[in-house]
Amino acid sequence: MASLKEMRSRIGSVKATQKITKAMQMVAAAKLRRAQDAAQNARPYAERMAAVIANLAAGVSGDGAPRLLVGTGQDQRQLVIVATADRGLAGGFNTSIVRMARERIARLIAEGKDVSIITLGKKGYDQLKRLYGSRIVASFDVGGNPSLETAQLVAEKVADLFDAGEIDVVSLAYSKFKSVVTQTPTFTRLIPAQVGAGAPEIDLKGAAYEYEPDGETILETLLPRNLTTQLFSATLENQAGFFASQMAAMDNATRNAGDMIAALTLQYNRSRQAQITKELIEIISGAEAL
Amino acid sequence: MAGKLHFSLVSPQRELFSGDVDQVDAAGTEGDFGVLAGHAPFMTALREGVVTVHNGGKTTVFEVKGGFADVTAEGLTILAEQAVEAA
Repeated sequence: MASLKEMRSRIGSVKATQKITKAMQMVAAAKLRRAQDAAQNARPYAERMAAVIANLAAGVSGDGAPRLLVGTGQDQRQLVIVATADRGLAGGFNTSIVRMARERIARLIAEGKDVSIITLGKKGYDQLKRLYGSRIVASFDVGGNPSLETAQLVAEKVADLFDAGEIDVVSLAYSKFKSVVTQTPTFTRLIPAQVGAGAPEIDLKGAAYEYEPDGETILETLLPRNLTTQLFSATLENQAGFFASQMAAMDNATRNAGDMIAALTLQYNRSRQAQITKELIEIISGAEAL
Repeated sequence: MAGKLHFSLVSPQRELFSGDVDQVDAAGTEGDFGVLAGHAPFMTALREGVVTVHNGGKTTVFEVKGGFADVTAEGLTILAEQAVEAA
């Protein structure tokens, strides 16, 4: 049985922890709102981009089509981009993304594919380097708020690998922000591009589109940008999901700490009472003996 | 002039402008162009330059770097890599 002094300091330490988790929860809640706004604001651009590409892609076909759009026609060499957060303390947020990616990678390896990995976010790298360290070709940090520059760096790296003919298929693992309580780890394919997925149709009302310079040139400059945009929106979704997940995790932690404090305080009061009773009995029996 | 042109200017971070205007002038890779309401469907890459929005005698100027202009029956959308409103 712990001494009263020990129990007091234990309660004190749980209280201190509770203060920290409470503060973290509130910070996460504030940041969540900002991250949600950022994700919301980025949506029109991504949607328009997808619509434009779908529109353009319908017009090109056959051998002339850009390889970023149609791929290399093979699927032997796979690149998996794993986007997580830089930091932890957010429940199962990072782990659930990594777990999904790991299952996918294991399946691809079992199928005899050559798999390489790019990690975006410190946590993904930390968790994957133990298992697949030799397959990680590059790792990036998110670094504070998601920025277009980071997404651009990753996109450039991917485009370089693809242009060098080292990869055939590129997929991206990230967490889709559904709501504050649900974030779903998701896979999307970046190369070959998924065309028309969820993109609103553009109704031309029978008129023909005119392109300057021409459709294919535009498509060729647009596709690398689309890569950046998709990576950027993935980091934004991740960021929002991360804070939502952290908020929930810290809310739980605060509640658990509260329960623990209650239980410890009860135990502390009981032992204190027991000790007082014991002392009284000693005094009384001492007095009776006289 | 037949009605107003719906114009939106979006950058990856946010939507900078959305609304009905009289005319938009922009700098395409093949030359500067202006768009009025009812323009034929048309798409072009943009070079670094300014996008001028004319509406009811007032003009708003945006500095735009890299992007595309997309004219459909619904209006004009400019997807800009970087865009700021010029002071």
